[in-house]
Amino acid sequence: MLRFIARRLLETIPVLFIIATVTFFMMRLAPGGPFDTEKQVSKEVRAHMEAHYGLNKPLFQQYLIQMGHLLRGDLGPSFKYPSRTVNEIIADAFPVSLELGFEALAVALVFGLLAGTIASFKQNSPWDHVPMSLAMIGLCVPTFVMGPLLISGFALHLDWFNAAGWFSPRDRVLPALTLGAYYAAYIARLTRGGLLEILRQDFIRTAQAKGAGGARVLFKHALRGGLLPVVSFLGPAIAGLLTGSFVVETIFGIPGLGRYFVTAAFNRDYFMVMGSVLFYALFVILLNLLADIVQVWLNPRLRFE
Amino acid sequence: MRSAPLGVLTLCLLLLCGCERRQSLVDIADRAQQYRVSNGDEPADLDPQTSIGQIEHDIMLSLFEGLVTGDPKDVSPIPGVAERWDISPDGRLYTFHLRHNARWSNGDPVTAADFLESYHRMLLPSLAAQYSYMLYPVTNAEAFNLGQITNFSQVGFKVLDDYTLQVTLHSPTPYLLSMMIHDSWYPVPIKTIEKLGALDDRSNPWTRPENFVGNGAFVLKEWRLHSHILVEKNPAYWDAAHVRLNSIYFDPEESYDTEERMFRSGQVHTIRQAPQSKVQFYLKNRPALINDYPILSTYFYKLNVTRPPLNDKRVRQALAMSIDRHAITETVTRAGEMPAYCLTPPNTAGFTATARLREDVAAARRLLAEAGYPDGKGFPAVELLYNTLQNHKAIAEAVQQMWKKNLNIDVRLHNEEWKVYLDSMRRTNYSIGRAGWIGDFMDPSTFMDLFTTDSGNNETGWSNADYDRLCREASNTGDQAVRYAAYQKAEAILVDEMPIIPVYVYTNPRLIRPSVKGWYPNLLDQPNYKFIHLEPETH
Amino acid sequence: MMPESNVQTIRRIEAEPGASFWRDAWRRLRKNKLALFGLAVVVVLSALCFLEPLLCRYVIGYTYEQQDLALGPVPPCRAHWLGTDPLGRDLLARLLYGGRISLMVGLLGTAVSLTIGVIYGAVSGFVGGNLDALLMRAVDILYALPFTIFVILLMVFFGQDIRLLFVAIGAIEWLTMARIVRGQVMSLKQQEFIEAARALGLRPSRILLRHIIPNLLGPIIVYATLTVPEVILLESFLSFLGLGVQPPQSSWGVLIKEGAEMMEEYPWLLTYPALVMALTLFSLNFLGDGFRDALDVRASKD
Repeated sequence: MLRFIARRLLETIPVLFIIATVTFFMMRLAPGGPFDTEKQVSKEVRAHMEAHYGLNKPLFQQYLIQMGHLLRGDLGPSFKYPSRTVNEIIADAFPVSLELGFEALAVALVFGLLAGTIASFKQNSPWDHVPMSLAMIGLCVPTFVMGPLLISGFALHLDWFNAAGWFSPRDRVLPALTLGAYYAAYIARLTRGGLLEILRQDFIRTAQAKGAGGARVLFKHALRGGLLPVVSFLGPAIAGLLTGSFVVETIFGIPGLGRYFVTAAFNRDYFMVMGSVLFYALFVILLNLLADIVQVWLNPRLRFE
Repeated sequence: MRSAPLGVLTLCLLLLCGCERRQSLVDIADRAQQYRVSNGDEPADLDPQTSIGQIEHDIMLSLFEGLVTGDPKDVSPIPGVAERWDISPDGRLYTFHLRHNARWSNGDPVTAADFLESYHRMLLPSLAAQYSYMLYPVTNAEAFNLGQITNFSQVGFKVLDDYTLQVTLHSPTPYLLSMMIHDSWYPVPIKTIEKLGALDDRSNPWTRPENFVGNGAFVLKEWRLHSHILVEKNPAYWDAAHVRLNSIYFDPEESYDTEERMFRSGQVHTIRQAPQSKVQFYLKNRPALINDYPILSTYFYKLNVTRPPLNDKRVRQALAMSIDRHAITETVTRAGEMPAYCLTPPNTAGFTATARLREDVAAARRLLAEAGYPDGKGFPAVELLYNTLQNHKAIAEAVQQMWKKNLNIDVRLHNEEWKVYLDSMRRTNYSIGRAGWIGDFMDPSTFMDLFTTDSGNNETGWSNADYDRLCREASNTGDQAVRYAAYQKAEAILVDEMPIIPVYVYTNPRLIRPSVKGWYPNLLDQPNYKFIHLEPETH
Repeated sequence: MMPESNVQTIRRIEAEPGASFWRDAWRRLRKNKLALFGLAVVVVLSALCFLEPLLCRYVIGYTYEQQDLALGPVPPCRAHWLGTDPLGRDLLARLLYGGRISLMVGLLGTAVSLTIGVIYGAVSGFVGGNLDALLMRAVDILYALPFTIFVILLMVFFGQDIRLLFVAIGAIEWLTMARIVRGQVMSLKQQEFIEAARALGLRPSRILLRHIIPNLLGPIIVYATLTVPEVILLESFLSFLGLGVQPPQSSWGVLIKEGAEMMEEYPWLLTYPALVMALTLFSLNFLGDGFRDALDVRASKD
């Protein structure tokens, strides 16, 4: 297993290199630049600003310079927030997203796994239909509707929470629910589907026929095989959760990282885009690796390849 | 297993019921004299020389004070750091007498040299300040800024003594004092900036709370990106005795809806704009909480006059004349906007254009027929470009339908993401494009100069020698009557030539609590925090 | 060493003629009430949406783009069954028109991402080794690239083509599908009956198509039904970037997004589009479950 992990970590280097390269050139191909504003700036001002950030050099040279900086872990200054560096912004915003991500993940896992498991064991009963209908509704109610609905009910009418902000522990409740609910719906559906699939396989039937108790069957066989799709889904999903959500952060006024993934692209904040993309990439790669390890652990027949 | 969900549910309910109804943040803030403002977005920076937006501007107003400052009611120039000033009879020489008790927040006196050095930095070509043109009325300021001269002593600023600054203009500029209210004329703490890095480094960290030095009524205490900015009363400020607020809390929410919900739950005293769909509700049901006032800003469409069929003046006129502006402001935007029939908003520093475009569908159809498209037949495919925003979309849809109904022509709508849209506009790669303009200071020139041939913001391909001449004429004279007469003629040309289609003059539907006293609506939407205080509401 | 029963199963599946397999599946599907209900709803809804021009002309009396500025937004009434939007346009007409786009985008976009994802994931998991590593690292790369910029570039280089919608959606949505399928295939290929098939000397492509993918139907169908709403809502983001539908056209995603902005003032503008979408998803879900049961190879040998 250590060899497997070591190999995967080595593979990460070319992957990050390709991501950085493609992102760099995609970004520069996109029309509009970081210094375009509604009020036109003069040619001279534009030239000086570009020179300040080294954007006046030939593109390929800029690419080499930026790759050099990246190798040293320097993500560069932000164009949008000129007095801050991308490293600083990420260091400042990431802990917030991480916290919200874990809380939302807890919501998603607790409700999703519970509802999915119960539903599959009590297929076609109210224990199946009610949570699954809720999950379907959860999928049709996007976060940009769910958030305002929760705020309207619990913050404005009942006045239990602030409408937005990220200060007291109480401010965590509504965002975590909003973000978690959507993933809970996914997990519930996937868990139910995966478990049903396993429950009708021969060896489970055999085990049940041999009189093994429901709980033992569940944990020994069913959960292990049935959770495969959930695990595959969770890799990238957790990466997304922990690095923040633009919609939820905007609705609840949370100073997290998620907003930068979207606004940096809109602002053509080249270095910020590169920084956030690589940061997210690292998460995706590591969590997919983790998912692969969990998969093998769940299913002993698999070997690390 | 089965009781688990029930247990969780009960627990949640118990937890929730334990939460009592809380005292709202603004009630607490009222007593602490903390003004809580939702200011629309995260400021890019707080360096008055490189920050360009309204968002930044609103915060910097509390942190800096120029030679003159804005009257809280109508933003007319009132003494700031300068106690008084003399203007020479030819209107080209201004002598500012500074207060002897003006101090930076670190205790240093604010001197004439500070202003001179600040303006030097503002005009440094390598700083690339976007608003450097605000200093261009000063002799040689433009030449220095463009690198044509390198000796700053040739620029028309002169320190006579520690507390006297002389400013020489290349031509009389009657609105100079109005321009000087703008951020680009603030002093900046040159010594602090130099200590922390290069003068012309945009990334200089002097605006961080730990480094910050300012000369305004308030001083920067906390700044966390996308969380909040806290400024506190500056004890070193010369007029600190009259500053009644203890602190101002700026909340950088970028969503109008989030802002409005925070306002409703009592987290902030004011938000700049109510979401459009809620303006009517507030006007009807909560009139005490909303203040809907005109601002110096026009909404219009730019026409690319280099592209057929818009190269034909008659087509442009027909398009402009067949829009029902009242229907748009009354039923689409519905925030109290005023239909616009010319470029400059009415009563801009006393200037109201007499030339007005008239809405006349019959005449529009006639003009379109004369241009070769009777009843819209043969009218080529034209696209209306706008940047993605609900309001722009609704207006474009309404206008599209009006043109279809009145002129029987099909105009396609095309939305683009903000930067793509800016790029298309800049390269004049569009047919009809949405545009808006916010005046920088109280004078018609801030609008009229847009459409001169060499204006970077023209973007329409339209060029008119008479118009250019009139604008030049106006900027070269100190006689207001002559200036305004020239602008009247220029507006008339614009309304006849129609390189743009004015739609409406913006209003600003601000939500503000009644406990906020000393705040007044004005055309530049510019508060003067020094005069604001809070009176707790009695319930 | 392999159990005799596995070899028999493989032989029987191999011997089974395709036609009867599909006939059996249809027979089983017909017995499933919920699935039939789902099918009916989807068919009726699609029919209504695609007959929208006729319905608008003869039944509703308004077209999706017909404005009545003086009327403005009104709640549901006799003249406008589902109310109107702020420009006075009939919501029912807009909902039906939007359905044409959303159902097409939802179903086709899901189909595209499904096809790519299943083939990609199945090959990756089945072949394994270096190819698997290569393919999965490619997935990691695609996950990380900035989607917003990708969409903007698509639009800039190819203009506003509705077909691009499927490219953009297909390009992003298949990734998770591929990872799920790969995980399942890796687990399945270790099972006895696949080893049996190998021992019988079947070609790998045949094993994949005939023995592995049918066993994946469950997760595939579940994930596909999860993808549909995601795709429909993603379309509204693409419209925001200028790639999707252009006004005055509409789609469910755009209607829901705009409705959400005005949900306190004009709740019907959010409720009805959301309800219609929810109804569609419920139906697709029942239908999906029905399909899965009907196509279940294991069930067929009972």
